[in-house]
Amino acid sequence: MPKEKAPGTALKILIVEDDLTDRLLLSTIIRNDGHEVVEAINGFDAIEKFIEHQPDLVLMDALMPVMDGIEAASTIKTLSGENMIPVMFLTSLHDAESVAKCLDSGGDDFLTKPYSRIILRSKIIALSRLRSLHNTVLIQRDHIARHNAYLLHEQEVAKAVFNNIAHTGCIDSPNIKHVLSPMAIFNGDILLATKCPSGSIMAFLGDFTGHGLPAAIGAMPVAEIFYGMSQKGFAMDEILKEINKRLVGILPPGVFCCACAVHLDFRRNSIFVWNGGMPDVVVYRANEKSFFTIKSFHLPLGILQAEKFISSTQEFEVNTGDRIYLCSDGILEEQNASTEMYGETRYLQVFAKNTDIEKLFNEHIEALRNFNPDANQNDDHSFVEIIFDEIDKKSGIKDTHVIKEGASAKNWRFEYELRNESLREFNPLPLLIHILRDTLGYQIKIGELYTILAELYSNALDHGVLKLESKIKQTPNGFLDYYSAKEQRLKSIQEECIKFVLDHAPSENGGSLMIEVSDSGDGFNYRSFTKNQSSFEHYSGRGIPLIRSLCRTVQFEGKGNKVIAIYDWVFGE
Amino acid sequence: MAIWASPSNDGKALTIKVQGRFDFSAHQEFRDAYEKNSDKSSQYIVDLKETTYLDSSALGMLLLLRDHAGGDSAKINIVNCNQDVKKILTISNFEQLFLIK
Repeated sequence: MPKEKAPGTALKILIVEDDLTDRLLLSTIIRNDGHEVVEAINGFDAIEKFIEHQPDLVLMDALMPVMDGIEAASTIKTLSGENMIPVMFLTSLHDAESVAKCLDSGGDDFLTKPYSRIILRSKIIALSRLRSLHNTVLIQRDHIARHNAYLLHEQEVAKAVFNNIAHTGCIDSPNIKHVLSPMAIFNGDILLATKCPSGSIMAFLGDFTGHGLPAAIGAMPVAEIFYGMSQKGFAMDEILKEINKRLVGILPPGVFCCACAVHLDFRRNSIFVWNGGMPDVVVYRANEKSFFTIKSFHLPLGILQAEKFISSTQEFEVNTGDRIYLCSDGILEEQNASTEMYGETRYLQVFAKNTDIEKLFNEHIEALRNFNPDANQNDDHSFVEIIFDEIDKKSGIKDTHVIKEGASAKNWRFEYELRNESLREFNPLPLLIHILRDTLGYQIKIGELYTILAELYSNALDHGVLKLESKIKQTPNGFLDYYSAKEQRLKSIQEECIKFVLDHAPSENGGSLMIEVSDSGDGFNYRSFTKNQSSFEHYSGRGIPLIRSLCRTVQFEGKGNKVIAIYDWVFGE
Repeated sequence: MAIWASPSNDGKALTIKVQGRFDFSAHQEFRDAYEKNSDKSSQYIVDLKETTYLDSSALGMLLLLRDHAGGDSAKINIVNCNQDVKKILTISNFEQLFLIK
């Protein structure tokens, strides 16, 4: 820390002058002005005295024996380091070149003989002012540096917390390749992916407005909601609604999150896409080597109040091996040396030119690098490739829950009936899964139970109550027709209901769960199908063979609007 | 980057013109433009004729203006957009919140 002395206060001044008379003269003048004097008789002596006494200012004679003033001044400046000790040259030299040489060696000013007392005093004050200014700059610099280091440390901590929250899930799945550069994360890009209890996969790529910590921090609640709700079996539109609601609540106006979310449904062979403010989602068809784009149709998250938010997704049929691509605008806005932007055209061209689907991901990375070879640390890239292919059952969310005997309820019965308008508005599956988790913990069996419940509920609702026929889905526009018909009929539900009964009893080495689902519809003629297993398969949509393969027994009763399935499980399997 | 605010003769409409890059550096001036001139305004016009570039912080500023102007009941027109600017507004579907010309 430099010594701080206000201009005008008494200084310690080193006078370097070989001539005795001149030296005495200067000392007297300076002492009379109230300053302390240290004397040196030549350059060499000056350096020794400088080190010993640490003066605030140096008066240096230019021409001296042993070591002249210019060399001494240069050495003194080096010894001063980052402190500024003004050096004023004393010279009888008048030629410009010699004076310039003095100042070039580090001198801050010069005084010519004969010495004027008035001028000397004023120059000392001026140099003192300069020194004061210099010291202020150093103090402020240190202050800023300390503060900066503190902020950087804070950010490191925040990033570490953020990484732990945002990067759980199945981003390490073999069918999800991604690039998320550090600058992108710093700028608030977030990538989430998880396997749902039903076996499907959900992925979310978000881009918060702004940069740095304020942008990245918004990602934390998003990650919590996404992973929390998807594990419980909530559907993507419900998750997006909740994320939007939370962001509206916590983000200041003007801050929002562009996002695209994809749900890969392997049983339906389709993807559901929601895009609010992100570049087009691209779907590449493996067999046809063609691709199509899905534009952003929604406002970004965090803008609309809950009642105005639209969570509806678009459904697209896909086949195993097809690939879905998500990217944030950091890629499209990447600039090369001529400040040209990479742009959508170049991005889509990589798809058009591709001949080997396995290389497509890397071709994108290469194209970007070729476009801007100088990028490295500052590239703001978020890019994801998801292969539509069911990942193996063993991979998925890491979990630390283990079944403990005696820790939860094993002998119980639960009845739940959804009626009328609640059939339209409410998805009962997360609630039922929640009840079952308590008994079974987070084992892989939850996936099987989710599948069974989802299928039985879907049958009860779509075919039982709404009387929709699966064969609609077989036509080219089938999916759209089916779902718009479903929307219509849901709106006009009057007196209808679906009832669930779950009854669990422990067994010697596990347990047995009875699942009963009945609906207020007309049922169907199941007797004619019972004997012939393969006809069930043709009766598309009821998914009975699948449920049969997972349960001990599956039986229909009454008109066919009631089904009872028995599911056994064993500890540790 | 420069911002001009001009109220209409009867004071009921305020036109804000953004010249140059509409990005974070415009934040304070843009805000001053509507906060200091909008006592009687019920209608806002954001003129982007000379706007060369628009980024997400500009979108944020438009949302702040909308919030100031009454949120859902705000009447804001965004006019004279060039192609690039329009594209950015379209991707974010801002025509659901503003009247864009």
